[in-house]
Amino acid sequence: MKRIINIRPTNLSKYILGVLPFVILLIVYLIASDVRLGINPNDKLMPSLVKIGEAIQRMAFEPSKRTGEYLLWADTVSSLQRLFIGVSLSAFIGLIVGVLNGSIPMVKAHLSPLSTVMSLIPPMAVLPILFIVFGLGELSKVMLIVIGITPFIIRDLQNKALELPVEQLIKAQTLGANSWQVIIRVILPQVMPRLLEAVRLSLGAAWLFLIAAEAVASQEGLGYRIFLVRRYLSMDIILPYVVWITLLAFMTDWLLRRVSMFFYPWFHTEVGRH
Amino acid sequence: MAFLEAKHVWKRYGDSVVLENINVSVEQGEFITIVGTSGCGKTTFLRMLLGVEQATSGELLMEGHAIATEPGADRGIVFQKYSVFPHLTVLKNVVLAREFEQAKLIGKLFGQAKKKAMQQAMDMLQLVGLEHAANRYPHQLSGGMQQRLAIAQALMKKPKILLLDEPFGALDPGIRADMHVLILDIWRKTKINVFMITHDLREGFYLGTRLWVFDKVRNDPQQPDAYGSCITYDIEVGQVDKTIYKMIDSDMSETRKTQILQELSDG
Repeated sequence: MKRIINIRPTNLSKYILGVLPFVILLIVYLIASDVRLGINPNDKLMPSLVKIGEAIQRMAFEPSKRTGEYLLWADTVSSLQRLFIGVSLSAFIGLIVGVLNGSIPMVKAHLSPLSTVMSLIPPMAVLPILFIVFGLGELSKVMLIVIGITPFIIRDLQNKALELPVEQLIKAQTLGANSWQVIIRVILPQVMPRLLEAVRLSLGAAWLFLIAAEAVASQEGLGYRIFLVRRYLSMDIILPYVVWITLLAFMTDWLLRRVSMFFYPWFHTEVGRH
Repeated sequence: MAFLEAKHVWKRYGDSVVLENINVSVEQGEFITIVGTSGCGKTTFLRMLLGVEQATSGELLMEGHAIATEPGADRGIVFQKYSVFPHLTVLKNVVLAREFEQAKLIGKLFGQAKKKAMQQAMDMLQLVGLEHAANRYPHQLSGGMQQRLAIAQALMKKPKILLLDEPFGALDPGIRADMHVLILDIWRKTKINVFMITHDLREGFYLGTRLWVFDKVRNDPQQPDAYGSCITYDIEVGQVDKTIYKMIDSDMSETRKTQILQELSDG
């Protein structure tokens, strides 16, 4: 008998093993829901699949009676828009500050303590300040995402830039590169795939801040909707929304990984990263 | 005037002395191999030539001027590893030197200038025998091929000195022999000054025109850092006989033995 750490699943069994927990969870839910509804048909905590299906139909494929919008899509568009702007802005700031911090000692001496302290401020604690300063509009929600994830991206990229072998930087100098050329031809291109990695890692936090901001003050958005219908215990809406948000997060992650593999093939083959 | 001169060069880190009183002069076109036990300061000396370390006292002169205190295009380098850029193909790794030179702001060439630079780079790849791998990435190359690439890269700037820091240390013996042929060939064609560190005494004897051995003359077992290394042997490799080889070999293993005993008693 082989040691268990040496037994590898075949491709098919890997697939089955991966799907199995989801199936089990679904079955457990269905049984539990059935039991509860058997006791009290008006139970709202664990709606049946039919009920959830109706809710999806109502939210996604019928215009809202009040606004005439298809709510799920309207919510999705406004949430993704905020997320996209917030994350892009963070990535941009993170890239510039992180690379400068990681490549120019003089800059690092100035900025590194600042960004370390900034990264320790709990972003949710400054949310009220954001609402006061930027108002209740889009800007404050985007800013919460920026404040929440930029320090992490900066620190990550700074470390990644510092991790580049010093031999490479010396080599570039012996090839006649000035500081600027070292940054844009040696450091920046090698940090780019690592930026995508950092963004992927920070997406979870970005969603957290987005939903929190939407929950507090908003007129539309996925997080807003969930917190709105919570008042009516509408689990039939909340559950599909949560699944939908998860799916969106999963697809964003997948897309970023593809983009990285397409543009930086050397990065993924070099160390067997996927 | 000598091409390169070290005058009373000392290197200390705090209380520990690494190099003591190095006095040496090198003529144009010499191929110097440097051997010594680990921690004997041979790499420190090379790094001083490279410009990433400075002598604590004394002077290091190239063509009569002090060596710059940062790396520059007049001194090429090949490290044991990490000498090539993993995000660029072989050809682009070599073209890079021209791009640094001609495109100060964006570091990239286009059109006719790019074509010309690519042609020069291809010629250089041909010289080191890598023309068939021009479009591969470094991680797709073997260790020997990566070192060929690193050499090609370094030669693009036509440096006055080529510094090699144990360049073939990680290679298989067969590949290493090929690399010896290559580096000798390049040296003969370009008459460039080569400084090569190796831990393989045989390699040191076989390759260069001149061999330096870095070693400690005095050893204080109570305080191993009290004395630094000097160049204990400085010989023209042409006129070597077997006895000198054996003498150096036994000297070096003597130092190594002291080191090991030291470590044992410390740890």
